[in-house]
Amino acid sequence: MSTMTLTVNGATHTVDVQPSTPLLYVLRNDLGLQGPKFGCGLGQCGACTVIVGRVATRSCVTPTSTVRGDITTLEGLSAGGRLHPLQQAWIDEQVPQCGFCQNGQIMTAKALLDSNPHPTDAQIREGMARTLCRCMTYYRVQAAIKRAAREAA
Amino acid sequence: MNSRRDFLKTSGALVVSLSAARVARPFEAVAQSAGPYPDPDFRQLDSWIAIHEDNTATFSVGKTDCGQGTGTAFRQMMADELDIAYDKTTCIMGSTDVTVDQGGSGGSDAIQTDGWPMRRVAAEARRVLLELASSRFGVPVDALAVSAATITVRADPSRRVTYGELIGGKRFHVALTGNTVDATTGAARVKSVQDLKIVGQSPQRYDIPAKVDGSLKWAVGVAPAGMVHARNVKPPVAGATLVSIDESSVRRLPGFITVVSKGNYVAVVCQREEQAIDAAKALRVDWKKPATAPFPASEDLFKYMRAATPTSTANPVVVGNVEAAFANAAKVIEAEYDIPFQGHTAFGPAHATADPSNGQMTIYSNDMKSYGMRNGIASFLAMPRDQVRVVWMEGSQGYGRTAADDAGFEAAYVAREIGRPVRVQWMRSEETAWDTKAPAFACTLRGGLDAQGNLVAFDYMARAADYNHLGYNESDTVLIAQLMGSRRAQPAPGSAARPSEMYAIPNLRMAAHVVSLPLVWETPLRTGNLRDPNGPQSAFASESFIDELAAAANADPVAFRLKLLTASTADDSGFKRARSVAVLKAAAVAYGWDTRPSPRSPAARGTGNIVTGRGIAYALRSQTVVAEIAEVEVNRSTGHVWVKRLVCAHDCGLVINPEGLRRTIEGGLLHSLSRALHEEVQFDTEKVTSVDWSSSPTLTHADTPEKIDVVLVNGDPNPRRPDLPHYGAGETVCKPLIAAVANAIYDATGVRLRRVPFRNGRVLAALKAARA
Repeated sequence: MSTMTLTVNGATHTVDVQPSTPLLYVLRNDLGLQGPKFGCGLGQCGACTVIVGRVATRSCVTPTSTVRGDITTLEGLSAGGRLHPLQQAWIDEQVPQCGFCQNGQIMTAKALLDSNPHPTDAQIREGMARTLCRCMTYYRVQAAIKRAAREAA
Repeated sequence: MNSRRDFLKTSGALVVSLSAARVARPFEAVAQSAGPYPDPDFRQLDSWIAIHEDNTATFSVGKTDCGQGTGTAFRQMMADELDIAYDKTTCIMGSTDVTVDQGGSGGSDAIQTDGWPMRRVAAEARRVLLELASSRFGVPVDALAVSAATITVRADPSRRVTYGELIGGKRFHVALTGNTVDATTGAARVKSVQDLKIVGQSPQRYDIPAKVDGSLKWAVGVAPAGMVHARNVKPPVAGATLVSIDESSVRRLPGFITVVSKGNYVAVVCQREEQAIDAAKALRVDWKKPATAPFPASEDLFKYMRAATPTSTANPVVVGNVEAAFANAAKVIEAEYDIPFQGHTAFGPAHATADPSNGQMTIYSNDMKSYGMRNGIASFLAMPRDQVRVVWMEGSQGYGRTAADDAGFEAAYVAREIGRPVRVQWMRSEETAWDTKAPAFACTLRGGLDAQGNLVAFDYMARAADYNHLGYNESDTVLIAQLMGSRRAQPAPGSAARPSEMYAIPNLRMAAHVVSLPLVWETPLRTGNLRDPNGPQSAFASESFIDELAAAANADPVAFRLKLLTASTADDSGFKRARSVAVLKAAAVAYGWDTRPSPRSPAARGTGNIVTGRGIAYALRSQTVVAEIAEVEVNRSTGHVWVKRLVCAHDCGLVINPEGLRRTIEGGLLHSLSRALHEEVQFDTEKVTSVDWSSSPTLTHADTPEKIDVVLVNGDPNPRRPDLPHYGAGETVCKPLIAAVANAIYDATGVRLRRVPFRNGRVLAALKAARA
């Protein structure tokens, strides 16, 4: 075991785990953050996505000891009781079905808009293509991203 | 201890924090109850509805919401009957000790079937409240008016009382009648459709905010004090038997607790989740391969299925004299259609947490049929039913996978063995390889046209690899039971579907056979119900073939179908024929369909790499009818198919929440599009080789149509129908979509694809073969 310090959603946490422990299990089981989910453990689906610095990161394949930078999870997107514009757009478009993948959809969309505030349809398709949803809410996810981009303008 | 009283107390507390909580949380509602857990009595009004002192209401229903917004719809229906504002209500679902057993979810019957007792009990509560007000004011009930949970004396509106003042925090003590939960009723009548005000509106789904702000408590997040983690170790080869386990291979790993094993079931238990994952990988187990191959390789599947002796054959549907009609037909065509096994491949692998505290067994699960899971686990563990409860919580998509859940049984078994709470979660490769599958179909169709292009003979024959089809949460057929050696004397026969449409064809035969693969038990190719279990397969074959017949008759595909639908005027009590005609016409209008035969002429097609086409297909399920149009772009140099636009005309009778319905339809369309373009379970002669999202691809954002038009056709095409019942939605849209895409590819290219899925390589090979 090894002691490590993480900054998550603005708060500092010290955890004592094997350095190779994927960040996902530390967030879920040690810090009680249930936004990021286990979907594949292979970095293929995006369910576990968190933002490290400004980069959308697949926490299921990220050893905790390699994390450099502040971590933001779905729980940390809202500020001062106000939902992030993407979260509001998600509600306005009524995006989720079961909702299990939506952490990945929203966090990937946030990193996308942070680097490209007004993506084209093709850029949204490409930027989101590796973030999967088996309820197939893609059509509404894309609408919500465009709505958030529009309303931020 | 009166658990009912506990529940009312708790749910009252829940409603106080209504605006903050937004979602009624069964976990919090029941967590403190130590058991036992007797069944709520569906013949008591208090089991369904609680009125609180602040003039709000909590509805308790025996259903689960897999993400289609049924919970919101239940609240709308019940609030409407009760005469209370929608936002003054909450809904608790699916936990076996606090909600009556309505079976959980399945069959798209939540609104169609279970909505009725919900409406009737809410109407009964309204009736009882009016009686109470009548006594209080000393005026007859018909001198009272009711609106927004407040009753007034018509002649003197200053005399008013709220529901909360009449009964808030107290019990109704009103008995209901009905032999079954579906038949539950009081003395009150439900409102006529014309008097429903909340039904038909689109309040936003109450479960969505917590799903996007990260605050929702999911089944996979439950962590009772002292909980540990287990991971399964599956046989590496289907049908293998366990010889020995070398526990020393993991004993020194961090956090290791124990190995739990019986028969061919093996699980490793560790303190932490990542430790259990590592230990399950490291555990050395000696397995003995079966003497014979469990199944043919997937590339040989259809050859095997067509040659196999059926395990059962349903009585064929026969109209007229098919062989005589073929003998006299001017043109006869025949085609074979193949649909592979397709997995549920749930986005989140199976998971459940079991807590054996207090000598009871509580399972926290996203099982869509939580009541069945409770009964199944009680039987599996030989525990009294009232010592077992399932607390239903949200989880990854259902669509049938969680109706035959595995992790709940495994968690309960392991929890009992180790005497402490445990979470079992499957890994990706385990879920994709070992989840339940939609059966593969091999279909052969023959059709005969007369000289005028009329369809005079139609012969459909399906073979489904569906022997030993898995039931719902059965204690003797659930995978852990099979692995422990359970063998039912008579495996479930399975079924092979026939097309479901209203075509009037004078000479018709529809035959359906079930075949079995060599390995019947402990197989990763166990079939289960996937979002309309057999409809997409049979409709792919039949609606593709109707298109082939239309082309052979040089007829427009919409006109050809309309002619078949209007060749008879006989209709059923739900006016399925009239409504079939209506959805076909509505889809064609919404798309802007130009009448012409398929395929598009080579001149119109052009010589570019990208060619476009449109295809239509239609189907019904129970009383819900849909027609769907796909517009495709096919890349002739890569074989890539992009479905650029989808139109769905949909009639499910009375619509409770139009916006919720639209999204359910969109999801079903795209789920089926994924099955059309990507999904196939592949296997060699030992094991399933589709094990992750790379070897088992699914639809992605890049495949998404740029436009989806959903037309809710629920106007009544037949004035003789006195009322508009609410039918089911969700599964019907999955039936015709694969055929609509195949028909569109044919329209674009002149090449007919008769094998699902339409992956690039298969499409390209078909295009090349047609050029040769």
